Amino acid sequence: MAAHVPGVLGAFLHVDAACDAIRELKASGHADLTVYTAAPNHEIEEAIGDPISPLRWFTLLGGLLGCASGFGLTIWMSRDWPLLVGGKPIAAIPPYVVIGFELTILFGSLASVAAIFILSARKSLKGRPYAPRFSDDQIGIFVPCGPDRADQVQAMLEKHGPVEVTRDA
Amino acid sequence: MAVIAHDPSRPTQTHAEVTRDVLKTITDAPTRGYYVLVFGMAFLVLVLLGTVVAELKEGIGLAGYAPPIMWSVYITTFVFWVGIGHAGTLISAILFLFRSPWRTAVYRATEAMTVFAVMTAALFPILHIGREWLFYWLLPYPNQRYLWPNFKSPLMWDVFAISTYLTVSSTFLMVGLVPDLAAVRDNVSGWKKKLYTALSLGWTGADSQWRHYTRAYLYLAALATPLVLSVHSVVSWDFASSIVPGWHGTIFAPYFVAGAIYSGIGMVLTLMIPLRKVLKVEHMITDYHFDNLSKLTLLTGSILFYAYGMEYFVAWYSGSTFEQTTFWRRAFGPNWWAGWTMIICNAFVSQLLWFRKIRTNLTSLFVISIFINLGMWFERYVIVVSSLANDYLPYAWGQLNPTWADWCLLAGSFGWFGLWFTMFYKNFPIVAIQEIKEMIPMPRRKSAEGAH
Repeated sequence: MAAHVPGVLGAFLHVDAACDAIRELKASGHADLTVYTAAPNHEIEEAIGDPISPLRWFTLLGGLLGCASGFGLTIWMSRDWPLLVGGKPIAAIPPYVVIGFELTILFGSLASVAAIFILSARKSLKGRPYAPRFSDDQIGIFVPCGPDRADQVQAMLEKHGPVEVTRDA
Repeated sequence: MAVIAHDPSRPTQTHAEVTRDVLKTITDAPTRGYYVLVFGMAFLVLVLLGTVVAELKEGIGLAGYAPPIMWSVYITTFVFWVGIGHAGTLISAILFLFRSPWRTAVYRATEAMTVFAVMTAALFPILHIGREWLFYWLLPYPNQRYLWPNFKSPLMWDVFAISTYLTVSSTFLMVGLVPDLAAVRDNVSGWKKKLYTALSLGWTGADSQWRHYTRAYLYLAALATPLVLSVHSVVSWDFASSIVPGWHGTIFAPYFVAGAIYSGIGMVLTLMIPLRKVLKVEHMITDYHFDNLSKLTLLTGSILFYAYGMEYFVAWYSGSTFEQTTFWRRAFGPNWWAGWTMIICNAFVSQLLWFRKIRTNLTSLFVISIFINLGMWFERYVIVVSSLANDYLPYAWGQLNPTWADWCLLAGSFGWFGLWFTMFYKNFPIVAIQEIKEMIPMPRRKSAEGAH
């Protein structure tokens, strides 16, 4: 069981209220927030202000690796045991474009999915509280903080009209 | 306050109602009809299995399968199911990139259909080998004979195209499912909770997860888009790369892709029209969605109409006796009934969809969808059988005489596909919960002015 992370958890129904709370918390130095939503939301994304995910580099490298593998595989295997087929060159590029293309897509896709796991794991969510209503219709904001700052954080969350605020110390 | 006309693409429910309505499709106890369906499909799977065992014992000659028609019902059914598998990725990936809002309500069902259709299609080349246990010879693996597959063969391209398509479309389906499975996990108890907890892979909808997830989803859609167009092009090159009359056409790739999407949407209509009623999601999948699906059917059906006409034109214009004979026999030869079934069901029946009344009448749409399924199976039958039956040498001409084994394999393929689909829709969210929610504006405390 992961170590429990102490902090304050607020549940919001209104997206503008949640965004105001996020902005205020960020401004007062609480950078390590966790915001739970049932669906991605641009307003919340902007309030959090994280840069665009670096996932695209994984997709690009996966695709390039796939393309190189496709051509590498076909050319190397043709030359390894050269058999003349239909009077075509031993390593004929046009038919190998199909294999190169398919492997570009395959490796690019699998690299993108692997990247979700790799990049999401950089920020551990273990020990942070979660509630089932966050996959339904409420927005959750968890602010990790010690007991000394819990009062201040709770007041900040309550100011924006949450449904509920719980202290998880 | 200005009155804004209701946008039919926008769901009318709240977020909580979406969760509740979709969850009900999973948590409601299965009806007696559902069990009848499952057992019916399982019976057909047994028929398939029995036929395969009989063929292992007797050889694949058990199917009415003799020179010169060595591809027969196996490859006809293979191409039919691969084609069905094309509508799903078109709707889930291509329309996602085009930002077509109507796709959201139907994309999960079509994506699941895609995966199961490709799983069905993949059975047939393997069964067609006759010695199924040697199928791995197709893969490039090091062996003591130092032999590698012939990558210049379109059949090898097919191995790569179909396995990539199956992998990418199932990945796309599963990635899309993860947030929805988390919503299911949060609303069930007991062993189901354990199951959905494992399947949802620790998803909580935290910002650090959405940030990477949304990008990955976009790139998957961007990669799946050229893939879907390539897969049926590669399938068409199985035919077009040969010099058999009736197959050797440059029009084949776009012609096959349009046909695949046409047949896929036909199957979507066949499945979704009864399913929305059974699952009580009529308020989520509405006439508006069927109207749009019908327009896509009309577009692809019209492309097919053109392709059929163009095939005959090219045969005439080529001046090649062999091409001309093949096409003459398609319309007036011994298999004229198959040729005309294909033309009537695909080219002509789809033209009825110019009428809005027909597009929004679900009964007529359902009947049309059955014609599409029938017509598209016959299209592949005509292409495979009529060309092989009448090749260059008249002394080698022949006829296909399908046997019980052919029909059992075909019926069994529907059972195999249907069993997967039936089990899917009762255990997984058939409407994408999180994507529907993304379309519904979240409630605001202040006025809507200045909203993003």
